[in-house]
Amino acid sequence: MSVARPLSTAPSRTMTPRAEADAAAPAAETTPEPPTATFWQRHDGLIVGGVAVVVVLALWQAAWSAGMIDPLFFSGPSAIFARLWRGLFVEGDMVRHIVFSAENFAGGFAIAAALGVPLGLVLGWYRLPRLALEPFISSLYSTPRIVFVPLIIMWFGLGLGSKIVIVALSAFFPILLNVMSGVRTTDAQLLRAARAYCATEWDLFRTVVLPSTVPFIIVGLRQGVALGLIGVVVGEFFAGSFGIGYLVGQAATMFQTDLLFACVVIVAAVGIGASVALQRVEKHFQRWRPKA
Amino acid sequence: MHANAPASAMPERLKPAPGGRAVKLAAAGVTKHFWIDGAAEPVVALSDVSLQVAEGEFLCIVGPSGCGKTTFLNIVAGLLPFDRGRIEIGGREVDGPGRDRAVVFQQSSLLPWRNTLDNVLYGMQLHRRFSPEEMRDRARRYIDLVGLRGFERHYPAELSGGMQQRVNLARALATDPEILLMDEPFAALDAQTREFMQAELLRIWQKAGKTVIFVTHQIDEAAYLADRVVVFGTRPGRLKAEFDVPFARPRGLELKRAPEFLALLDRVWRLIEEEAARAGLYATAAEDRP
Repeated sequence: MSVARPLSTAPSRTMTPRAEADAAAPAAETTPEPPTATFWQRHDGLIVGGVAVVVVLALWQAAWSAGMIDPLFFSGPSAIFARLWRGLFVEGDMVRHIVFSAENFAGGFAIAAALGVPLGLVLGWYRLPRLALEPFISSLYSTPRIVFVPLIIMWFGLGLGSKIVIVALSAFFPILLNVMSGVRTTDAQLLRAARAYCATEWDLFRTVVLPSTVPFIIVGLRQGVALGLIGVVVGEFFAGSFGIGYLVGQAATMFQTDLLFACVVIVAAVGIGASVALQRVEKHFQRWRPKA
Repeated sequence: MHANAPASAMPERLKPAPGGRAVKLAAAGVTKHFWIDGAAEPVVALSDVSLQVAEGEFLCIVGPSGCGKTTFLNIVAGLLPFDRGRIEIGGREVDGPGRDRAVVFQQSSLLPWRNTLDNVLYGMQLHRRFSPEEMRDRARRYIDLVGLRGFERHYPAELSGGMQQRVNLARALATDPEILLMDEPFAALDAQTREFMQAELLRIWQKAGKTVIFVTHQIDEAAYLADRVVVFGTRPGRLKAEFDVPFARPRGLELKRAPEFLALLDRVWRLIEEEAARAGLYATAAEDRP
């Protein structure tokens, strides 16, 4: 709030010194209170969203406690939480699956980001390589990656390797395509101005293209997280005997709906956590944007 | 009035520039064509433009839209190739952007993620002429000169249009150019801000002492700022006439209401009206009657 106030008065201060002096005199007598946001105004999203979640959970729990839900096909909040607690802290049977999935996801996502971001920058900037690779990229991107899963399992086996490749393949394309379009939407006027100041190609890339592509990189990484999570679950679901995806399949065949939902909660928590973390990073890079 | 000088090598270059000062920029026979998709013939954006700018002179180029004035400025900036002719700055031929020039564009063209100080540093960083300490000093000096002290940490989005153009001007001046090229820098500002910015520009120009080529479509702006106003005509874009602006400096904004100033405007206006009518952009009152 302290940032916004001086800005609103700033233009008149330099443009018309006399007008400012005139305006300042009467203002000194009745200086209005600076507007302060109430607790409600500052946290309305959190409050409304939180209340909605609590209400839904309460209704669900009430229906579950009243025995209106068949535990064979569905579950209730208390049962899911109890299973989660048991799986994580008491028996710990879920922990090794989570660790396995986390390794798959981290490895695959790291590969996707390490390849997707630089390649996206290069393909966005240089026309010829883009024209050469575009048919492959668009055909691979529009094919559901799940059809490659059996092939990848054939090539890389049932263990960690194939899962990492599946995650990498899932997360790679959204990262690549977002970074490419970020580079290509760089403001032409900024490039022109930089060229007028004798900027080299590398200067243009470093001082204009890269900073203006940051928001696109982050959007790409966020979509990559979402699709990578799908990749890890699908990969483990298909083959192997480890991981959250495997656990989901097992829980379903044995009608352990509470375990199944516990797995869903874990995957959702990871997705939300990664998304929030990347939002933080984005905010850090977007400090210059006006708060409107 | 020496419109349409012949495109012969560079005879004019040897002549002294107006006012007896040394020639800073000499353009001879500059011609530029644009190809429009599907058209059988190219559009002649500039036809055989020859003009000279003296050291320390403030030259304004005016003309109706499409007369090639911005094209000419971009060519001088080294941002556009041209088909025929020759441009020299201080005796060196122009064949691309150079450290001897700095451009202030109409659009703010500031890096939105850099604050005022870093934007002013940007031009110098790209020029790689000054040491980091010199760049800091110069940035601070020119931020002061354009009246933005206290706004060093503000981002462009937090500044008004007029202040953004001040940052642009500081960025250009801080690189210590021999020629300052300004492409309708105040066109996007509101009328009042524009007036104040014109007066500010004159104050800053008198302190910085640079050669300026200033493109505008506003005749009163040109006559107020310039030592000499060059009028471009359209279809094809070419140099049509030039007027010396005799008013003493420093000039206050009240000059704009002086009778001799209005008389000069009238002369320039009539020429541009005639030009616009000839190009079919505008029908005179007489033609409009049934």
